[in-house]
Parts: sequence; structure tokens; C-alpha cells
Amino acid sequence: MIDTLFHMALVLAMPPLLLGVIGKTKAAFAGRTGAPFLQPYYDLGRLFRKGVVISDTTSWIFRAGPAVTLAATLFAALLVPLGKHPAPISFEGDMILFAYLFALGRFFTTIAALDTGSAFEGMGAAREVTFSCLAEPALFFALITLTRLSGSMSLTPMLQHLTFPVWVGAGASLLLMLAGLFVVLLAENCRIPFDDPNTHLELTMIHEVMVLDHSGPYLGCILYGAALKLYILGALFMNIAVPFSSGNSFLDWGIFACSMLALALAIGTVESVMARLRLTRVPQLLVAALILTAFSLVLVVR
Amino acid sequence: MFFEMLREPSILVLAAIILAGFSGVPGLFLRHGALGQRLATSGALLASLLALPALVRLLLAGGEERYQLAWNLPFGACEVALDPLSLFFLIPIFLIFPAGSLYACGYWPAADRRASEPCVTFFYGLLCAAMALVVVARNGALFMIAWEMMALSGYFLLVAEHEDAEVRKAGTVYLIASHVGAAALLVLFSQLRVATGSFLFPGTGALQLEAASATLIFIAALVGFGSKAGIMPLHIWLPSAHANAPSHVSALLSGVMLKIGIYGILRTVSFFPERPLWWGGLLAAGGLLSALMGICIASAQKDIKRLLAYSSIENLGIITAGIGMALIGTSSANPRLFYLGLAGALFHVLNHSLFKPLLFFGAGSVMHATGSRELDKMGGLAARMPWSAALSLCGAIAICGLPPFNGFASEFLLYLGFFGEARAPEPYLALGAPVLALTGGVALICFVKLFGITFLGAPRTARAAQVHEAPATMLAPMALLAGLSLAGGLFPQLFLALVDPVISVLAPLSPGRSGLPVRPVWFTLAGGFLLALAAALFWFLRRRQSLLPAATASTWGCGYLRPTPRMQYTGSSFGELFGSLAAPLIRTRTAMGSVAGLTPGPARLSYAPEETVLHRVIQPVFGLVGIAFSFLRRLQHGEVQIYILYIFVTLFLLMLWVH
Repeated sequence: MIDTLFHMALVLAMPPLLLGVIGKTKAAFAGRTGAPFLQPYYDLGRLFRKGVVISDTTSWIFRAGPAVTLAATLFAALLVPLGKHPAPISFEGDMILFAYLFALGRFFTTIAALDTGSAFEGMGAAREVTFSCLAEPALFFALITLTRLSGSMSLTPMLQHLTFPVWVGAGASLLLMLAGLFVVLLAENCRIPFDDPNTHLELTMIHEVMVLDHSGPYLGCILYGAALKLYILGALFMNIAVPFSSGNSFLDWGIFACSMLALALAIGTVESVMARLRLTRVPQLLVAALILTAFSLVLVVR
Repeated sequence: MFFEMLREPSILVLAAIILAGFSGVPGLFLRHGALGQRLATSGALLASLLALPALVRLLLAGGEERYQLAWNLPFGACEVALDPLSLFFLIPIFLIFPAGSLYACGYWPAADRRASEPCVTFFYGLLCAAMALVVVARNGALFMIAWEMMALSGYFLLVAEHEDAEVRKAGTVYLIASHVGAAALLVLFSQLRVATGSFLFPGTGALQLEAASATLIFIAALVGFGSKAGIMPLHIWLPSAHANAPSHVSALLSGVMLKIGIYGILRTVSFFPERPLWWGGLLAAGGLLSALMGICIASAQKDIKRLLAYSSIENLGIITAGIGMALIGTSSANPRLFYLGLAGALFHVLNHSLFKPLLFFGAGSVMHATGSRELDKMGGLAARMPWSAALSLCGAIAICGLPPFNGFASEFLLYLGFFGEARAPEPYLALGAPVLALTGGVALICFVKLFGITFLGAPRTARAAQVHEAPATMLAPMALLAGLSLAGGLFPQLFLALVDPVISVLAPLSPGRSGLPVRPVWFTLAGGFLLALAAALFWFLRRRQSLLPAATASTWGCGYLRPTPRMQYTGSSFGELFGSLAAPLIRTRTAMGSVAGLTPGPARLSYAPEETVLHRVIQPVFGLVGIAFSFLRRLQHGEVQIYILYIFVTLFLLMLWVH
């Protein structure tokens, strides 16, 4: 019970902090002071108090998009275990629901973008659906490998199975999987080298351009949803990457929170030292991630 | 006596089949067309009201009812039977037939379509009855007769607008493909006759044959039924046929007739007590490949109905892959895999026959309003057709396999099968999961494109700006199908209850519902939670919006002040990015006028997806065959008396040969 409360609290409160850490890291690399860690919270608070400008081309789909996307992401947050604590909701096959909830979110984000009738947003929508249809099989390869390793078909036992001895036995495979999943994590969350979350007025934009017309609370929902998605996929990644558990529940929560901040630091570093890829290179990198995760399966099967 | 017979559910089903077959007959003789159509629709509704409760009752009770018809043809006893497999496939027939008939009252009204309406209505009923007869027939000859009735009434429905050359061409391709398939079925039934000594179908698992003859029967069934089910590369007739038929006909063809092919495969497989491993492997691999190719080609389409037709190839591929999984399960003695594969496949059969007709009805409403099938000429229809848009959205979500609709539930079962195999010593089948995921990802591209470009944004043409909402007769069937799709996603146990008796017939030792590793109530909880959460957030945002200052303005054009609707992303441009990645699969023809000089004149760019298999493989081969057999053309000269002579001579020679 107490773990479930912790889970809820972290899922609701912590995601924007990751964005703050990423921003601060990038500022440090650039030699700037940067915005405070809590800046994303201030932004969200401001957006939920701001008025709305709605395009006269749009229909109810435009307003339903952020709501459904956030609902799907929130639901997915209840399926993934955080640290070594079981997820609040867990059943056989929940990883499939997990993957498809993101697909549902994507469906609504993209149709909300098409609803504005803007060429830019249409372009972003086309890129979003195309790139994520390449990222999806990579995720599934990783899930199959995990199923084979753990013999279970639910995220919680699947990820909790990965202890230190398992890592020693299947280290090569898990490293390949982590590499593939890190690429998927960056692509799905529209980070550099796939997309630059800070700009939307260039022709290589994907996610940011789809939300050009959203404003006020709607934009707040989208920003929060994006942070939450980063948090959830990051938690999935960190569950594989950090195989040890201290045995003490509270200490484990602390380890988990620190590992998430470390992940944000890593993403910030990647964003600082890499340039954004040319658009034609993006599918190639995604296919590379797919092959890495496929290799991880091959190594486990042998 | 009569009323007692009516209490017998199997008699009710047979009566409903006859009623459906004759529903369009009065319309042929009535001067006043609208009356005929109304009579036919009432007949269709009555037939399904009679049949559906009886079907469900018989299916849940299990068991089998057999009837012998009196006929004096030399093909043995003419038997029809209602066993769970037949009953299951009768359900979509009696669901979509009345829905389509009702839809036709608004879509193909007798008042506007004086010439073609009686014919279309008559063949619509006949097609339904023929399909039902195919499913209940237990005699090879009766089966073929019903099969031909089905194929031919499908043809006459398809060429309803035969003034158009494209429609006639689609009809010809359909007719040829259909008869090539029928030829394979003749091989199948004559082989069965040789093996069993009678045209009657063997019972479940009653056919013991040596490997070569079993293989021949299986391959013949795969070609004959696979071409009806539109499995690649036997799909060539499907896209143009579904695109050119009237929409309520496409709904019946795609939602129901394709499934008759699946029925045939299942029925043939059920004859054999032992099914070699490679049968399942072939079906699983072929099905997944067909699904992936079908949906990739769908993503490049710019014709709304052609896109839906290619997506049918995808869905039928998924169903075939499920059957393949089940066969692998039986031959490797893995009852859990068998259950998940077959339950997933049959559940998807039901699901596809709900959401595909829904989408075809939606496409029909759009065509009715805009007069075009081209995606790139639409846009912004949601503003004037809110109901059609909302119902089509339900169909689009369902067909992408997204929660909480029914497509998710059936694909979930197949995923469980694939994932379960990851734990096996040789996890080849587990590779199906990423393929299915990729298929799902591409399906998302297709249906975001279909829905977004059609209904959202600004109208791209003047015609699209002045559309009207479809009448209630067209919206009501759509609402019914959308409601059933949602129900299937929230309460899959209802649909699985219909699937279970079929499974216990095909494999008496299967574990049944206990083979399902996840309790169906999870779907209800998850779907309900998702809907509630989304509704709460939507309400919260609305409330915030009403409390805060709100304004409307034109769409932000990144500083460009005079955007026009023509600047929007079109369907072609939406699919282009994926098309460029999948270029070897999706061939497109792009024609561009040159832009040259200091003051270039207007230039045009046109873009059309190609039918690669048809244009590059089948048509050249048929051309060569045509040249090789051109001497036979001399027999065809159009003089009827000589044709009668041919018949007489043939019969005479046959008699000589027999004696």
C-alpha cells in the first residue's frame, strides 16, 4: 500500500524535474547558469492559469487529443514498476497494453495535429507516426528477450527478475538491449539527436511542431504528458540498467529516484555533445536500434 | 406443426437463409422502386432477427444439427449441417447483411438509382443466402454450387455502376481470380471424392490419408480459399473490387465474404486428425507476411476505399497467422498455443467483420457527401458530418488495435501466443510479435491518414466544404457496429463465449477458456479506467478553458499570413515519408512536369500507387497465355445454335467414355 502511494506520488510529481535536470545539464555544458531545476513546474503552473487561443479550423478532436494522450500515459505509468517495487497494476500481458497505450496516445496527438490544417503540423504528424512505427518493433524485441530471460509475461516480474547474477549470465545481451532501448527512449521522447525539444521553427521538427497550436492548459497537459512519457520509458530503462536492490524498501525508492536523475543527466549530456541528425539519418539509427535489440534476443537464445 | 417447427432454432436459421435469398425478389417486379427496397430491408431485418438469437442459442448449446435435402442430382446425399464452426461464421453474415441493407436505403436509394437499385438489392440478398449456404453445405457439389452463386452475385453487385470502364475492369479481374480459385476447389473436392468415395464432407478428424494426398488437398484449399480470403499474393482481385463496388457491398464483401475463405481453410483443416508442422508454419509465415505487405501498400493509397481494401488484406493476414499458430500448437502438442492462436484468429474474424464494415460505411457516407473517393480532395468534413466522423473514429481506433476497442483484445491474444513461445526451446514463433508490432505501427499511419485527412483540417475543395450529414438510415448501422466494437473491447468474454464452442469442436482436448492466461475482466477494468480517465481530463480541460479567457484565431502559420487550405498536408504527402522507407514494397508512379526558365508556367505533379503484383506479374503472364491459346478463340463466334451443338457433342462423348 505504502509502495503504491509512493508510486503515485513519484509519477505525479517527479517527471518535470527530469526536464529541469536536463536543462541544467545542457546549460552547464554551454557555460550558462541555466534556468532553475524547478522551472518546468513554474511553466506548468503558468500554463494552467493562462487563457486559450483555439484555431477556428479545429473540432473537438483538437481538444480531446491532449486529454486522451495524457490519460493513456498516466495509465501506462501504473503498469511499469519503479525501482524494485511492483507496479500498482500488473497482469499477464500487461507489457502489450503498455506499448499500445503509447500508440493510443500517438494516435490522438497526431490527429489533433492534423485537425489544425497546418502544413507544419501535418508534417510533424507524418514524421511522428513513421518514426515510431520503426521504434515499436525494437521495444517488442526487448520485451521478448526479457520474457525469455525471466519466463514471465508481465512487466513487474519481468523486470524484477533482472538481478546481478542474471546480469553476469546474460550481460552482453542486456548491454545490447540497453543500447537499443536508449535509442528508442531518445526517439520516442523526441530528444536530440532525433528532434530538438527547444525549437519548432525548423524543418527537422517532429514533436514540438505537432503542438504549435495548443495553448494554455492544453499545452500544459501536453508538456506534462511528454515529461511523464520520458519518466516512464526512463524507468523501464533504469529497471534493466540498475540490477541491484538494497532490500530496504525506502532505500530502494531513494536509489530509484537518484537513478532517474542520473538518467536525466545522461540525456542532458547526449543532447549537449551531439548534433541533431539529418532527417534522412533518423530511420537508419532506428533500424540500428532494432537490430541491436534483435541481437540481444539472438544472444539469449543461442 | 408449423409453429412447433418454428420453435426449433435450426429450422429458424434455415428459414432465415431462404428469406434472405428471396428478400430482393419483390423489388424486381414492383414498379414503385422504393417499396421494393423497403420490403427487402424489412426482409433482411426479419431474417436476422430470426437467425441471430437462434444462432447464439445453438452455438452456446454446442452439438450439431444435420438435414438432408431431397435432390436428384448424381452427387450423393445433399446434406446441410449446423455445427459450431458453421454457426460461428453465420453470425457475421446475419449481422452485416441487415446493417448493409438498412444503410443502402440512404446510400443507394431507389429514388435516385432507379435502374440499378432493384438489381443491387436482389443480388445483395442472394449473396447473403449463398454465403450462408456455403457455410452450411456438407456436400462438395452443393458447396460448389453455393460458391458459384456467391461469386457471381458478388460480381453483379460489384459492377453495379458498369457504365464506368474502371468498374468493368475490376469486375473482370474479380471474375477471373474467383474462377481460378474455384478451379483449385474443384481439385480439392475431386481429391476428397477419390479419398472418401463420396462428395460428403468427412467429419472432424475422420480423414486418414497418406502425406502426398493430404498435401495436395491442403495446397488446393490454400489456393482456392486463400484467393477468396485475399492472402498475398492471391489478393490481386481484392483492392479494385472493394474500391469500385458500392460501399454497402464493399462492407459485405470485405466484412463477410473474405471470412468465407477463412471458413474454408478451417473446415478443410478440420478433416485431418494430424496436421503436419509445416502447414502451421506456412500459414503463420504467409499470414504475417501478407499482413505486413498489405498494410505497407495500404499506407501509400490515396483512394479511401482502396486503402480500406488493402487493410483487409492485413487483417486477413493476421487471422491466417493466428490459424497457423493454432496448427503449430496442435502439431507440437501445445494446447495453450492452440487456444491462443485459434481464439485470437476467430475473435479477430468477428472483430474485423464489425469495424471494417463500419469504416466502409463511413467511407460511403463521405463519398455520398463529396462524390469522390480521393483522400486529397477532402478535409474538414468533421465540422459538417460530426456523427459520421465520430463513428468512423471509433472504427479507426478499433482497426489499429488500440485499447479500449475490440481490435486490441484479439491482437492481445495473438501477442500472448507469440510471447509465450519466447520461452520455448526454439522460439522462432516469438519473432511474430515484432512483425505484428510493426504491422500495428504501419496501420496507425494508414488510419491516422485516413481519418485525419478526410475529416480534419480545412476542406481542400469547394465540394468538401458543402457536405451534408448522412441520414439516420446510414448512421444507425454505423452506430450499432461502433457500439459492438467497443463492447468487444470492454467485454471480450462475450465474444470469447461464442468462440469457445468452435474451438472445442476443432480440438476436443483443448483447455478452453482456462488456456487464457489473463482474466477477461482485466479488459473491462483497463478499458473502463482508460475511458474514465480520458473523460475526466477532457472535462477538466473544458472547465479550465471556460474559466480562463479564450479566443479563436486562424491556425498559426509560423508567421505566414495568408495560408490556404491547399497548403495543408495531403494524404499523399502524409504517406510519402513511410513510402520512401518502404520503397521496394510500395511502387508508385510520380509524374512531374518540368519547371524551367525564369518565369515557369504552371506545373503539375501527380502521384499514383501501383498494383505491382497485378501489373508486373499476373498481367504479362496472362498476356502470354492469351497469345498461346489464341487459336481456341475460333470456337467462340457468338452463334448460339453451334454452342448448343458443342454441349450435345460433349455430353455424347462423355456418355461414350463412361460406358
